[in-house]
Amino acid sequence: MIDLSITISLFLFVLVRGGDSMSEYILEMNNISKEFPGVKALSNVNFKVKKGEIHCLVGENGAGKSTLMKVLSGVYPYGNYTGDIVFEGKVQQFNEITDSVKAGIGIIYQELALFPDLTVYENIFAGNELKKGPFVDWNKTIVQATELLQKVKLRVTPETLIKELGVGKQQLVEIAKALSKDVNLLILDEPTAALNEDDSENLLVLLKELKNQGISCIMISHKLKEVINIADKVTVLRDGQTICTLDASNGEISENVIIKNMVGRDIEDIYPKRLDKKIGETVLELSNWTAYDSQLGRDVVKNAQLKVKKGEIIGIAGLMGSGRTELALSIFGNPKNYKIQGNMKMFGETKVLKHTSEAIKAGIAYVTEDRKGDGLFLLQDIKSNVSAAHLKGISSKGILNLNEEVKVGTAYKDSLYIKASSLEQIVGKLSGGNQQKVSLGKWLFTGPKILILDEPTRGIDVGAKFEIYTIMNELINEGMSIIMISSELGEVLGMSDRIYVMAEGSVKGELTIEEATQETIMELATQ
Amino acid sequence: MNFFGEAKALVKANIRDYGMYIALIVIMLTFTIMTNGLFMSSRNISNLLDSAGYIAVLAVGMTLVIVIRHIDLSVGFLAGFLGAIAAIFLTQMGVSVWITIPVILILGALIGLVNGVLIAKIGIPAFVATLAGMLIFRGALLQVTEKTGTIIVKDDQFNAIGNGFIPSIMQLNGLHLLTLLVGLVGILLFVYNEISTRRNKMTYGFEVMSNGLFSTKLVLISAIIGYITWILAGYNGLSWTVIIMIVVVVIYHFLTTKTVLGRHIYAVGSNPEAAHLSGINVQKITYIVFGSMGMLAALSGILFTSRLQSATTTAGTLFELDAIAAAYVGGVSSAGGVGKVTGAVIGAIVMASLSSGMNLLGVGISYQYMIRGGVLAGAVIFDVMTRKQRA
Repeated sequence: MIDLSITISLFLFVLVRGGDSMSEYILEMNNISKEFPGVKALSNVNFKVKKGEIHCLVGENGAGKSTLMKVLSGVYPYGNYTGDIVFEGKVQQFNEITDSVKAGIGIIYQELALFPDLTVYENIFAGNELKKGPFVDWNKTIVQATELLQKVKLRVTPETLIKELGVGKQQLVEIAKALSKDVNLLILDEPTAALNEDDSENLLVLLKELKNQGISCIMISHKLKEVINIADKVTVLRDGQTICTLDASNGEISENVIIKNMVGRDIEDIYPKRLDKKIGETVLELSNWTAYDSQLGRDVVKNAQLKVKKGEIIGIAGLMGSGRTELALSIFGNPKNYKIQGNMKMFGETKVLKHTSEAIKAGIAYVTEDRKGDGLFLLQDIKSNVSAAHLKGISSKGILNLNEEVKVGTAYKDSLYIKASSLEQIVGKLSGGNQQKVSLGKWLFTGPKILILDEPTRGIDVGAKFEIYTIMNELINEGMSIIMISSELGEVLGMSDRIYVMAEGSVKGELTIEEATQETIMELATQ
Repeated sequence: MNFFGEAKALVKANIRDYGMYIALIVIMLTFTIMTNGLFMSSRNISNLLDSAGYIAVLAVGMTLVIVIRHIDLSVGFLAGFLGAIAAIFLTQMGVSVWITIPVILILGALIGLVNGVLIAKIGIPAFVATLAGMLIFRGALLQVTEKTGTIIVKDDQFNAIGNGFIPSIMQLNGLHLLTLLVGLVGILLFVYNEISTRRNKMTYGFEVMSNGLFSTKLVLISAIIGYITWILAGYNGLSWTVIIMIVVVVIYHFLTTKTVLGRHIYAVGSNPEAAHLSGINVQKITYIVFGSMGMLAALSGILFTSRLQSATTTAGTLFELDAIAAAYVGGVSSAGGVGKVTGAVIGAIVMASLSSGMNLLGVGISYQYMIRGGVLAGAVIFDVMTRKQRA
């Protein structure tokens, strides 16, 4: 009897253990905790990925997504966190990134890490060169690179230089690079943040195909539509904790459910409604506006006609490279020295703005698309970033009043809900949403009448987006005009009063908010 | 927060700045002990500060150049060349010293401006443009001193800049009275400035240091100023070189921390694209920074020529690298946007203290170079580590 029961329990044990380690799961992260001085970034996070599934990881900025992926990939070495990482049935102790790569985990960061002046094949095998003896075997490299390019459906020759490719194609090269290392688990950190809708779509199709070939995938994304489209499972993190894991096969995944779990509250509507619209006189008018870029040797803006009225949000839609940012720059004092033809009128008067400082004086502000690259002074603190474009406001006769600066900084920190320990905090250390708000604060302090926002909510979380939309509505109610450039159609449709669609440098059409739909916009944008 | 907790937090937040002062004090104490007090003698400290002068003023300008992510290799021989021109003005052309000095300074600023135009307008990398300048001024220095060799300057007023001291009015127990008075005025100005800044902050309702810590700070810094004054007063008093150094630092410190221009310089250094989009004229700032560098190079040349009482054919050799080293010891970052002029001066004094102390100890020149190199590397390592820690 005793023997039998032991045998049975042993059998059961083996069955259970076996079933477990034979592994439905390629990855199990159990009770992961990670602390930074003063902050608990992750507390007891559990995260499991099944073989051959696409598992999306969502959460607001600062929720701990990136930290979790850094723990997984060995950026934070073993011992730096508590908890277990079980990958392919084995407990892993990664001490550096190369360890996780060896185990079969490939990670692709938001900022691409390619060498622009090298060829596609050199990039794919960079750091992982194929060798014949001590020498690089270039022939084999090219052959294998060609195969990988086919696998990721990138139709370029391996000899193409990276800088000749668009961002979407570069992203594919990154994936090919990861695949060259025989990965079983691919981690993508906001892979579509910089891509237009077409390229994003291609990428998602590719991920599904890789899934069919047995490659599991973890994707961090803020774009919930994509998440819903592609995910088998969604895990939501909030404040360093696992909130829930949703399963598509049970029909649990929907935008509302995800948002509710992400922010911990219901958001009635992603786009706050404006109650009373008071649209006034024309404040900015461009006619036959053409900008020639002598470095590229072509017109980046062609014969544009555009009107902006007081108290109005103008949406400028279009694909990447359709000339939207160039249009904004050509209006904003022309910092890239385009040759400009055409006429610009502000408040009925013809204006020629030769420098950004003149544009600021005339009442234009431009919040850039790339806040880290050309928007903020990352090494400086919040208060000096806020005052940077309008030092006149805190000085007299060229002498600064540093106390006044603190006062101004505090005012914007409060009114824009910037979350930071103090005004002296270095801007580079803030989350994306808070950086965007600092950038916004800097421009609001210049007292603009026309505010140009270039991709105002790129890469920031739902909560911060809502706050920024609310701020935009408040500004409009105070009589400002906003030109909003955006690649997110939902945002364009949700926030604008009128929409211009650009393609290849030209304004292809103007739509009222009633006429505009995703389809009408895309039709104009792809003309 | 209690007194020590607050003091600890303050040190932690400013570890890079305080670290440099602490290092300087440690170096000075070490040499004082090793030389049985000779290092800290009035005569030695006076000489040490005078010998740091011409590098310190260069380091101040160089700090700003490095802050805006450039470099200037031409300043050494530019200083040498302009020093020689000053000597020629004074000796061969008989121009008065009151005209010579402003003319040389303006000439320096103009030459710096040319560097600025080459770099900001034409787009030549600063390293290359100023390397060309270095070669050109080296040649120019040889050219103007070719016939005469070393030009000896006999103008007493001019030579006083590098060797003279402020008049004493009267001796007080063998101490230099005017120096003591200047020190006293310095302490009073410092205390007044600190108190009024603090009061101003309080009227805005901002948090300020607790009374205890604030008074400790006042007493400590006043004591240091007082002690240095007392040492200097024991020899010949304050030298004109030290006065010039202090004036340059005060002006540049004010300029960089309290003015719109200073803010623009640091903005351009942190992120030139963002600066341009914030309405800042990046070209203009580059002109100003290189113009100021040229002017300070001229001042350095004047100080050096006057110190030697002559212009030599090799004046200015390696000044630029000493200035760059002082700036880095003083905490400037080549990534741009970070660095203080006060740091540069402390850096120059650290380097001069090392030379002086090692000379007193009779350390061979070969070891001196190695030790100074080690200190430079150590300072930058410390800088990188403390920055990482805060990250």
